[in-house]
Amino acid sequence: MIVYLDNAASAPPLPEVLAAVTHAMTDLYANPSSAHGLGAAAARALEQARGEVAALLRAQPSEIVFTCGGTEANALGLLGAAALARGRHVVVSAIEHPAVLRSAESLVSRGWQLGKVMPAPDGRVSAEAVLASLHPDTAVLAVMLANNEIGTLQPVAEIGRALRAAGRKLHFHVDAVQFAGLIPLDVETLGADSLALSGHKLHGPKGTGALWLRKGARVAPLWDGGRQEGGLRSGTENLPGWVGLGRAAVLCRENLRAGQQVAALRDRLESLVMEAIPRATTTVPAATPRAPHIASLRLAGLPAEPLLHALEARGVFASAGAACSTRAHEPSHVLAAIGVGVEDAVLRFSLSRLTTESDIKVAAGALREAVDEIASVVEVRPRGTRP
Amino acid sequence: MTTILCRYGELFLKGGNRHIFLQALINNVRAAVRGLPEAKVSSPHGRVVVSVADQARGEACTRLERVFGLVSISPAASLAPDIDAICAAAVAEAQAAVERNPELRRSFKIEPHRSNKHFPLQSHEIACRAGDAVSAATGIPVDVHQPALRVGIEVATQAAHVFAERRPAPGGLPAGVSGRAVLLLSGGIDSPVAGWLAAKRGLAQEALTFHSPPFTGEKAKDKVIALARQLARWQAVSTLWIAGFTDTQKRLRGAGRPELAVVLYRRMMVRVADLLCEREGCGAIVTGENLGQVASQTLTNMRNIEIVARHLILRPLVTYDKVETTALARRIGTYDISALPFEDCCSLFVPAHPATAARLSDVERAEATLDVAKEAADIAEQAERIVL
Repeated sequence: MIVYLDNAASAPPLPEVLAAVTHAMTDLYANPSSAHGLGAAAARALEQARGEVAALLRAQPSEIVFTCGGTEANALGLLGAAALARGRHVVVSAIEHPAVLRSAESLVSRGWQLGKVMPAPDGRVSAEAVLASLHPDTAVLAVMLANNEIGTLQPVAEIGRALRAAGRKLHFHVDAVQFAGLIPLDVETLGADSLALSGHKLHGPKGTGALWLRKGARVAPLWDGGRQEGGLRSGTENLPGWVGLGRAAVLCRENLRAGQQVAALRDRLESLVMEAIPRATTTVPAATPRAPHIASLRLAGLPAEPLLHALEARGVFASAGAACSTRAHEPSHVLAAIGVGVEDAVLRFSLSRLTTESDIKVAAGALREAVDEIASVVEVRPRGTRP
Repeated sequence: MTTILCRYGELFLKGGNRHIFLQALINNVRAAVRGLPEAKVSSPHGRVVVSVADQARGEACTRLERVFGLVSISPAASLAPDIDAICAAAVAEAQAAVERNPELRRSFKIEPHRSNKHFPLQSHEIACRAGDAVSAATGIPVDVHQPALRVGIEVATQAAHVFAERRPAPGGLPAGVSGRAVLLLSGGIDSPVAGWLAAKRGLAQEALTFHSPPFTGEKAKDKVIALARQLARWQAVSTLWIAGFTDTQKRLRGAGRPELAVVLYRRMMVRVADLLCEREGCGAIVTGENLGQVASQTLTNMRNIEIVARHLILRPLVTYDKVETTALARRIGTYDISALPFEDCCSLFVPAHPATAARLSDVERAEATLDVAKEAADIAEQAERIVL
């Protein structure tokens, strides 16, 4: 039996998504830009998908730009805004995904200054800290909705309100890739200018994503060509992928309460684990506002990677919070930012709307066995010591 | 068709056994170009000559540059032994060479070699005719003492070969002529390099690696397989044995003081390699050990490990500095694979402070709690075999 708890890495495509993709690949093979009837059918399917994604975010269809994934959507939102900006100061939270962090760092070589806002030990950046880090010429700000490693929700709506109250006219980008269709999201009240989504985190196809770009907000395209997607994203449309993303968005919207069920299962997992394993704690306090699907568990004094393999041997698939004590792994910038040392394993169990109560029980039992197995063999080694 | 002239070096020194070495070299060259379109291998005196379809020229050169025993190769134009055709080919090869590397435009020299003594022109006459043609067509000046560009012309009975490129090959002895060995291969930087060096001296090898699930994952295993495949491109190894080590490793870990663990593991690995040598007809064990690099690699511990071996242990890297090993790893294409971040079975079970000079009596006392011969036999028996 497989218990798949790595949905924050990639969530399995739902059968309806597969059917929609297959249909689009089989029947809607024409280029949506072609003038004939087959092209028109493809264009209609594309616009329907755009409407479906917009509806999930309570946005206008014209505000959706399809992309090849979350990374491209983040790059278009952040670098696209920077290309048109007058100011030369960009601010990001220190715990952004590399898609945002490295994009922001790339601006430094073009003469920009970069500010990073550190989170509190609970893994959240405060609106006050963000506001305090802004300069008069800050042109771009990026803060993620939910952290991919530890699941903490960032106060993006609060930041948006504070920006408005302060009368700031910068471009506010939100990486919502870990939204996962499980967190209530209303772009109208968010106060952001752009927001990035990824298809395969929503049970859609890989290689798909979207940028919501507020009407009136402007970004420059990352490259030019046939000027599809309103000129912001040249290249023949990935119709099957985007139709699949549209279908995934519909399925998310049909079950908006899934987030509460998933959160309850996550809490159950955490309490089962902490009851059974004395050394286990949640990486951030359980009361911290968190994405419903991410349980980040810290296991004192153990290496992460063997734990993952031991879990895998018991049919449970999860991820390391990236702070392995493996010599060649880079320690996680997120865990470093909240002060988690590399001597502890941080494991990420990420759930989905498909996760069941029985999955949770199996996972908790498997983790107890895995911890016993690894702890019995591996003694704690200070990082950097070599055989 | 493209012809590639392949030169071999010290095979000439091998008096009475020369034909054995040459036959092994020819077999290895054949194996290297197998599968390329229209590939043929012949061995006129003093050369191995490979011909392949033109579109396979680049791939054939890449593969021949990895055949031990060859010292250099030259892709050549192959034509009828006729002086006008030879001159035209010399011009074409010279032009192609300076296009690849404009530095060579500085000066050139014709280097003729006439094995067909019935050819109407003598060597220096060939050089004069071809030299005139090249300088007239390209304007490159002649310099017979320190030429930047050397255009070789070889006139044999059936054909003439003209070339302006000489690519280095690794030298050494054809893999296999020195016998067979078992290579202890990990996912690290050193052991693949050790295997490469052993192959350079003519050893054909079977690689043996140890896998400790769940302490090592599938990706660590794939990494060792990728390293073995890269060594197979050099004909250094032909087979990879993957031996399950978890249970034995746990028992060894519990058997003695933690600081003895590394010596205990390595003694067990050597015992398994010994059994594999016997079973597969190999005469030695090759390791990536290096004097002083880590705690298990002191004189005392190397001796503690070697003492259980019934076969010769070869350590090609014993005197290498890490930078030398790393440079070689880059050259042979194993470094980027070794640098992948997956745990291999060596790194996790290792204590914080391994003993640098374990007492043999302590080691043996720890092992006495296990049936080490049976453990080794079981591991060797159950090892998974991958043909590369």
